[in-house]
Amino acid sequence: MKVRLLFFAVLRDIAGADTRDLVLAEGTTARDVWQSLRDEHPLLHDYLQPPMTAINESYAAPDSVLRDGDELAFIPPVAGG
Amino acid sequence: MFLTDAPLDPRALVARVMRASDGAYVLFEGVVRNHHHGKAVTSIFYDAYRPMAEKELARIVRDVETEFPETAVAVQHRLGQLDVGESSIAIVAASPHRAEAFAACRALIDRIKETVPIWKKERGPDGEEWVGWQGRS
Repeated sequence: MKVRLLFFAVLRDIAGADTRDLVLAEGTTARDVWQSLRDEHPLLHDYLQPPMTAINESYAAPDSVLRDGDELAFIPPVAGG
Repeated sequence: MFLTDAPLDPRALVARVMRASDGAYVLFEGVVRNHHHGKAVTSIFYDAYRPMAEKELARIVRDVETEFPETAVAVQHRLGQLDVGESSIAIVAASPHRAEAFAACRALIDRIKETVPIWKKERGPDGEEWVGWQGRS
């Protein structure tokens, strides 16, 4: 299945991209995607737990199972206002 | 639309909200200041997950207007590069009575800071940093 991963704020800087299209096995969770990002980027190694997670523009539990066509974003600590 | 790339227009926001039955409005503006945790700040870059931030802001506005049924509120948040002294957010709460207007305005800004996916990168003579992120980017 295909999932689009969006990067914002500090995560965009770390990933060096705005988006990435992922091809994932059925049953993959948002947390699994976070773990693979940690493996890939040393700056994320200390962050064992994902930040807040959004699927299709709504907050979701990190253990949510992703579905084909989902748009996934990890939400670093927000700082609006 | 709650998000804008242009300078905010608080007077227009007030005009949009006020009804003849309102006896008070509270206008809150958040302003870029020149320091944070002892470090000099010269500008702030605001970033957002725009469609989700719009939805979250709409949800918060609905919730606050439900909790304060006599109060009408509006909010605008600016994104992009802002210099010291510029306003990043404007909130108006209008009500027949001032107590509800103050309370609704306070509730809005507090909740916006908790959940709306907006981020800021502070820039200054010592470099730049995403606020709230512990690691180094």
